[in-house]
Amino acid sequence: MTAFFQSEFFYNYRRSSSAMIGSALMASFALAVLVGPFLVSQNPYDIAALDLMDSYKPPFWLEGGDPRFWLGTDGQGRDVWASILYGARISLFIGLVAMVASCAIGTLLGLVAGFYGGLVDSVIMRIADIQLSFPSILIALFLMSAVGTGIDKVLIALTAVGWVVYARTVRGSTLSEIEKEYVQAARVAGLPNSKIIRKHVLPNVLTPLIVIATIQVGTFVLIEASLSFLGVGVPITQPSLGLLIKNGFDVLFSGLWWTSVFPGVAIMMLVFGINLFGDFLRDELNPRLK
Amino acid sequence: MAGKAQPKLLEVRDLRTYFHTFAGTVRAVNGVSFDIAAGEVMGLVGESGGGKSVVGFSILGLIDSPGKIEGGEIRLNGEDLVKAGEARLREIRGREISMVFQDPMTSLNPLHSIGRQMDEVLRLHSDLDVKTRHAACVEMLENVGISRAEERLKAYPHQFSGGMRQRVVIAIALLARPRLIIADEPTTALDVTIQSQILKLMRRQIAKKGASMILVTHDLAVVSEMANHITVLYCGNVVERGRTRELIEAPAHPYTRGLIDSIPDLSNRHERLQQIPGTVPDIRNLPKGCNFRDRCPRAQALCGEVEPSLTAQRGSLSAACHFPLRPGKRA
Repeated sequence: MTAFFQSEFFYNYRRSSSAMIGSALMASFALAVLVGPFLVSQNPYDIAALDLMDSYKPPFWLEGGDPRFWLGTDGQGRDVWASILYGARISLFIGLVAMVASCAIGTLLGLVAGFYGGLVDSVIMRIADIQLSFPSILIALFLMSAVGTGIDKVLIALTAVGWVVYARTVRGSTLSEIEKEYVQAARVAGLPNSKIIRKHVLPNVLTPLIVIATIQVGTFVLIEASLSFLGVGVPITQPSLGLLIKNGFDVLFSGLWWTSVFPGVAIMMLVFGINLFGDFLRDELNPRLK
Repeated sequence: MAGKAQPKLLEVRDLRTYFHTFAGTVRAVNGVSFDIAAGEVMGLVGESGGGKSVVGFSILGLIDSPGKIEGGEIRLNGEDLVKAGEARLREIRGREISMVFQDPMTSLNPLHSIGRQMDEVLRLHSDLDVKTRHAACVEMLENVGISRAEERLKAYPHQFSGGMRQRVVIAIALLARPRLIIADEPTTALDVTIQSQILKLMRRQIAKKGASMILVTHDLAVVSEMANHITVLYCGNVVERGRTRELIEAPAHPYTRGLIDSIPDLSNRHERLQQIPGTVPDIRNLPKGCNFRDRCPRAQALCGEVEPSLTAQRGSLSAACHFPLRPGKRA
């Protein structure tokens, strides 16, 4: 641990304000997601805890505001702050799980394509090319309308959208990696291909993936929010931040702005934090920029 | 060292390895034959693009598409490796035949410790338990002249200098006690002072283990120190072969003569260094006749018509030349 605090990485981190802000934002979201629901007085999805009399209360600093609901309430009398904490949980869960899944699948396909080449390579990479010629939200929309809504379906759609970028990156690094003599040496030593890929190629192509994976969590949170906003994302019983925006959107122009603006600000801060930190990682882990 | 009665460890007969590319078929190795007896060191010499490395990779069955072994035999103790399946070849690689690469900077994986990379070979090719394997690694590192071997096993490649890394690479190549080592320009990337250390080390270790070696290089000085006999390649063909001493002192082929003359001689520094004029011809469509004739000072009309075949010359030499050199006479 002390080694980490004395490392160049940590030194640069301390000197980069964007990295500090980004990681602070990410850390507060992690904290909010982990312990937040225990801190709020109301579970917004427990119908028994809701009171319709509390509906559309404005934030506490406005006239008619209620100090119990400092960011106001929505049409069902749900606390917006509590909804955001619960919603961020779902948004982040989806972002992280979809990132891990697409990273795993994309890396595997990229390794196979780069290592074996030939027909396998062509097939995988042409699928990737075709997919990249569509906006990812369009592909996700299409998939969601085909398989239906639900958190698991969102995860499938995001993974199907997200693997491409890993596959391409990994294939590229694999191609340059297998030219290195230590991979030749491993073949000369009689190592089977599966072992060469796992022990000698994979560890050497991982670094650029860290950056992609970080930024992608943010992208996935946004895509999921868009899907939910369009009504093909998560179910109404498990609202993510995107669904909260949609729920408030109907009354946005009636002056009841807080129900959708605050979840929107939450998404913005989350993605902003992730991207700031991702930028720092990109500079830090790219040997060419050093 | 190697008497007539020595059984042949490796026999290569009429090996042809071609690369089928868009621009045409590259006959990188075009009918190469040679023998190596147990305990012998053979130098495989030629210019860049002469097909030296392809011979090495062909023996290991590691020719990738678009390359293909089109014909010939590679017999290791009588077993034809050209016909052997991939599974059998994997057993042979590392265990029977191993390889030392040119660039020690890239031939070790930067992410694994030296010990782990050494252990990998033993785990693959022996049934030894962890402790025995560890002991074998320590012993081997000490054998290649790395002190505090026990400690150094935990170190990573970047903590070693180029010469030290090449020692590690040699240690890895020798670990499974292979019978044949293919060294592909093992000292080219090293400082001259380190070169001779490494060469001495390799010679000592090979003699100790009773292994044979193919030393692939463009550097005749290196081969003359190491090899029992030499095979000279030009454009994928053997142009001359014979015992090291005879071949270096009085080669029969003008190409070999040219290679020898292009070694700088420090005692004679006022003379301009000799070079072989011209470049290697386009190997995709070789001219009729002798491949070397455009660069050859002795070329005559016949050389443009008939491709010379390898024929016995003085002593142990054979050369593919219509007008071989006689001893004492410069080209």
